[in-house]
Amino acid sequence: MVPFDFTYHQPSSIQEAIQLFQTLQQQGKKTMYYAGGTEIITLSRLNLVFTEAVIDIKGIPECRTLRFDKNYLVLGAALSLTTIEEANVFPLLSKAASEVADRTARNQITLGGNICGQIFYREAVLPLLLTDSDVIIAGKDGLKQLPIQQIFQKQMRLHPGEFLVQIMTEQTYLSLPYRSIKKRKQWEVGYPLVTVAALKTNEQIRVAFSGVCPFPFRSQTVEERLNDRQLPLESRINEALHHLPRPILDDIEGSAEYRLFVLKHTLFDIITELEGE
Amino acid sequence: MEQTTKCEMLLTVNGEQHSVIARPADTLLFVLRTILGLTGAKPGCLNGDCGACTVLVNDVPIKSCMILAIETVEKKITTIEGLKHTPIQQAFVEHFAFQCGYCTPGFIMNAHALTKKHPLASDEIIQEWLQSNICRCTSYKEIEEAVKTVLANNSASLNDNHF
Amino acid sequence: MIGNSVIRKEAWDKVTGAAKYTNDYIKAGTLHAKLVTSRYAHAKIKEIDTRAAQTVPGVRAILTGEGLPLTGEDLRDRPPIAFEKVRYHGEVVAVVVADTLVQAEKAANLVRITYEPLPVVGSPREALKEGAPLIHEQLGSYQKGIGTYPEPNTNIAHRTKIRKGNMEKGWAESDVVVEANISFSPSDHAAMETRCAIAEIRPDGYIMIHASSQSPFMIKKLISSYFGEDVGKVIVHTPLVGGAYGGKTPVQLELLAYLASKAVGGRKVSIWNTREDDIITSPVHIGLEATVKLGCTNDGYLKAAEILYLFDGGAYSDKAIDVSRAGAVDCTGPYHIENVWCDSLCVYTNHPYACPFRGFGHGELSFAIERTMDLLAEKLQMDRLELRMKNAIRPGHTTPTQVLLNNSNVGNLPKCIKRLRELIHWDDWQRIEIDARTVRAKGVSCIWKTSTVDTDASSGAILTFNPDGSINLISGVVEIGTGTKTILAQILAEKMKMDIKDIHVKMEVDTQTTPEHWKTVASRGTFMAGRAVLEAADDAIRQLKEIASIVLRTPIEDLEVGYGKVFLRDDPTIYVDIKDIAYGYKYPNGNAIGGQIIGLGNYILRHLTYLDKETGAGKPGPEWTVGAQAVEIEFDKRDYTYKIIRAVSVIDIGKVLNEKAAIGQVIGAMSMGLSWASRETFLFDRYERVLNPQLRTYRPLRFGEHPEYVVEFVETPQIDAPYGARGAGEHGLIGMPAALANALSIAAEVPLNELPLVPELIWRKKKGEHHGSI
Ligand SMILES: Cc1cc2nc3c(=O)[nH]c(=O)nc-3n(C[C@H](O)[C@H](O)[C@H](O)COP(=O)(O)OP(=O)(O)OC[C@H]3O[C@@H](n4cnc5c(N)ncnc54)[C@H](O)[C@@H]3O)c2cc1C
Ligand code: FES
Ligand code: FES
Repeated sequence: MVPFDFTYHQPSSIQEAIQLFQTLQQQGKKTMYYAGGTEIITLSRLNLVFTEAVIDIKGIPECRTLRFDKNYLVLGAALSLTTIEEANVFPLLSKAASEVADRTARNQITLGGNICGQIFYREAVLPLLLTDSDVIIAGKDGLKQLPIQQIFQKQMRLHPGEFLVQIMTEQTYLSLPYRSIKKRKQWEVGYPLVTVAALKTNEQIRVAFSGVCPFPFRSQTVEERLNDRQLPLESRINEALHHLPRPILDDIEGSAEYRLFVLKHTLFDIITELEGE
Repeated sequence: MEQTTKCEMLLTVNGEQHSVIARPADTLLFVLRTILGLTGAKPGCLNGDCGACTVLVNDVPIKSCMILAIETVEKKITTIEGLKHTPIQQAFVEHFAFQCGYCTPGFIMNAHALTKKHPLASDEIIQEWLQSNICRCTSYKEIEEAVKTVLANNSASLNDNHF
Repeated sequence: MIGNSVIRKEAWDKVTGAAKYTNDYIKAGTLHAKLVTSRYAHAKIKEIDTRAAQTVPGVRAILTGEGLPLTGEDLRDRPPIAFEKVRYHGEVVAVVVADTLVQAEKAANLVRITYEPLPVVGSPREALKEGAPLIHEQLGSYQKGIGTYPEPNTNIAHRTKIRKGNMEKGWAESDVVVEANISFSPSDHAAMETRCAIAEIRPDGYIMIHASSQSPFMIKKLISSYFGEDVGKVIVHTPLVGGAYGGKTPVQLELLAYLASKAVGGRKVSIWNTREDDIITSPVHIGLEATVKLGCTNDGYLKAAEILYLFDGGAYSDKAIDVSRAGAVDCTGPYHIENVWCDSLCVYTNHPYACPFRGFGHGELSFAIERTMDLLAEKLQMDRLELRMKNAIRPGHTTPTQVLLNNSNVGNLPKCIKRLRELIHWDDWQRIEIDARTVRAKGVSCIWKTSTVDTDASSGAILTFNPDGSINLISGVVEIGTGTKTILAQILAEKMKMDIKDIHVKMEVDTQTTPEHWKTVASRGTFMAGRAVLEAADDAIRQLKEIASIVLRTPIEDLEVGYGKVFLRDDPTIYVDIKDIAYGYKYPNGNAIGGQIIGLGNYILRHLTYLDKETGAGKPGPEWTVGAQAVEIEFDKRDYTYKIIRAVSVIDIGKVLNEKAAIGQVIGAMSMGLSWASRETFLFDRYERVLNPQLRTYRPLRFGEHPEYVVEFVETPQIDAPYGARGAGEHGLIGMPAALANALSIAAEVPLNELPLVPELIWRKKKGEHHGSI
């Protein structure tokens, strides 16, 4: 039960959406873009979200594309995670996405929603960080294309009125060796204790993390340590752990110390396998 | 005032059209139960966690507590009340796949969609789909048996078609 | 009929969405209440400001705690709405009633409460420490029931003492002694249907309650006794219940719904728990801290047990007192021990308050006892099942409360253990290393349970006939999912020798027209209501024969009832159809005799007594169901993760009445036990606030995480039960936590005496071990 009222708008073009946002804002209404809606609805119940208008972007064709364009895979931000999994054009993303929530929920949760949401795991961003994907963002000055690393720092740094339209990933990345492992407190469903996604390119391993810190991240220093093949693997991992961003999550899913323990073994498995390939 | 924020929407539920007056902020679950009197879909958490509220929207299982009714305008909604003597209902009865029955409508909607979409679903697919629902009474083994019976019949009838 | 896997009567309703639960009955025009709950676990309420909330359109009333009577079943310690102070996170502080739920929620968000936080008590052991904050300063003045012994100026709501035999002698005879501490925090029932109550006070003063409850008859009595209403004017309706597991025995929301209706001139008001409220505001599954010390001879015969159970009753004692008492009654587990000392305490803490959970204290006590039994076996270097077999309780032994067991009132535990041993191939291996990282291990545990119900608990049944000779069966048992009402129909069909499809079961309970069934708890539905149904059937048969004897001009003794007829025993071709006499018999000339037949039956438990205050001696329940259980796991030595491969139960059920239904009850309970043991617990912060009051973070077992289940039954009839059947709705759960912990302790080679058994716990214990400091 959403304990407040909002108006619902369903634009059919990017421009219309942007204009709507401007108009609603000028009317003094707190406005949000709305994709799967799962987070907006469930956090509203708990008074963690408040809005007076929502703009549903699912009717915008660009937000629902799933196609190859030249050397790029273009994914609409409003695609549901299961649509992406089923198309399976980006196996690493399929894998990472398939661990989010549960299957029925993923029929609704969108790629853009997962990345732009408040719930800080944002697991679907990991493959995008690893593949240096670009994001297409719509704002009042039109569309812009940016490297994801530039705009996603812990979270999406969007300006008011902007929304994520598409993700563009270079095709060459899609067939590279990868691993994605989600470890939970216990068994199969739930938030991550740690999620690690990795990709091997030019004999270098790239790694991105969720559940380790209160934000997902990819870190150059961590990758450097992990790829420092002078050292035995264990030392490389230990070094990398030392250079993780802080704070390490210490919460109901697991203590910080235990997370590091799990992370260490997860990294060990991933790197051993990828280096063996 | 609340009234002024309500609007009319045309919903297609179990093949029938209904014009309902609801808030844009009302969830599909709320509208189905309170306005249309279709109480088969159950509230278990209103948080997307339990699956008791699962219905089909354009044949895709959706947790109706996490979708606005207004989003489903022009879509085809199917609730448990719209299933009549389907193999999955029969199998649930025969395999004692429920006790209190509260999770059952949601489980059946999800399992029904599963057996339609993947008539020969593997164990992995069954698990991936059915993990979306919680049952507190059964051991899940009974539900697994019910679903597998329907799938086995699917594969039997697919084989029949080949001859 | 008996033993057949009859499909439950309400099955098709449940797969078509036609089955209705309390919340499905909320109709237009009903007002909605929203609970305002406490953010603190222990605090003084300085001020409640409802001014802003009152201005929300549609708000009809805002209730707060002043002027309300204290409530509680054994001890009246709980205001229905907190008054002056709050004692747990989630406690109800105000109730907002409005035209719609949205309005009620909006207003509830605007109620401003000022608190002054107080120091918190986070566990029973903390609660018992010298100088611990007192949770109930007025404990000495609370009204209490017979057999309830609060200890004023402490946090002890009740203490049950068991003193059996001579401890000095017991220890003297013991060559080997072990002692273990075990503990786990409270958790939740998490029934899929959250609790709901609807109340209306009609102009004529009748109070109509609809409630999702296991105790509709208790609701009626308690509303009468707390608020001085005529008991006959309180009418409680309970439709199908969406899972209960003990969590719907306490009376809580019903009182609030009644008060709310009263505050708005009797209009119909519904209170429906959100999942978050259902998890922490409504009563929860009890926690426990225990110390168990067992002594035995070198050849493994138990001689002495000294047991301390500190149940975490939470902020209010309500039904927790009863659970702690049940823990004392069967404190030793199903073992013969002549010398027993046990103190079982119901302790106040600043946790959500506790109530029964499937197993009623036995899953809890078994975890403590069975872990200690494994430690003892290790110390003795004795086979774990052999130790249990040697000490297995048998007819001729006495229980901790000194009840003498016989061939009827206890099942055959040795037979269960023997069968378990075969089923799990115990003698092949108990721990094997599959590869450098993977170990498989088996853990076992034994169970027993009696049902500690009120000594005067009773159950009634009414049978009426339809013109076609079919029968309506009316019983006060609530259909909570156990299928009891279908089993009652089976019992009746067997007795009347008729087709079960001609028995129509009234699913809903309505306290005005349904005869009372004390409470739908304690696996007692089949036994008590079954006895009542059998008596009602006898009553109907007697009446049928009476009329038939006149119609057929034979002595009553020559008649038999069955197959829809009353017929001559020696010549069944001479008969009269039941349909022709059930509403009186009409002669061709129009004369009629007999009149409609109504079969009445009731059953009251016999010979139950209160427990002696000093020794605990007394008869707490009618019989003991016993069983043996095992869990096989595969454990990863590097990561401390594991899979449950198989779970096995052998239970002496007396007599199987409906095979699939019985197996369903047992494996459903096993599943719940494994879920609790492997992952369920409340997680508290240092202010004792619950951090995981949602199914997102409080995560019960899901599909695909379930192991293979194996269930077998032993049948040692309970002579006075319908067809010899024993209670079995809960027993599958009882041994699961201990069996899982035993298996994991064996696999990980470290004692695991806490729940839930998440990999992090095992990691922590292993780490502690390496550093030599647990
Ligand atoms: C049951 C459940 C389990 C979950 N489990 C996990 C998990 O295991 N791992 C995990 O990573 N996450 C998990 N989540 C979180 C989930 O991925 C996020 O809440 C996500 O935001 C939901 O996507 P949505 O499309 O429904 O978002 P919405 O509710 O539509 O939007 C969420 C937020 O993102 C903004 N937004 C959405 N789309 C865009 C866009 N294109 N451009 C700009 N802003 C946008 C909205 O304005 C809003 O602030 C879970 C959520 C649920 C409900
Ligand atoms: S009520 Fe929708 S998932 Fe629980
Ligand atoms: S049958 Fe009760 S929750 Fe599934």
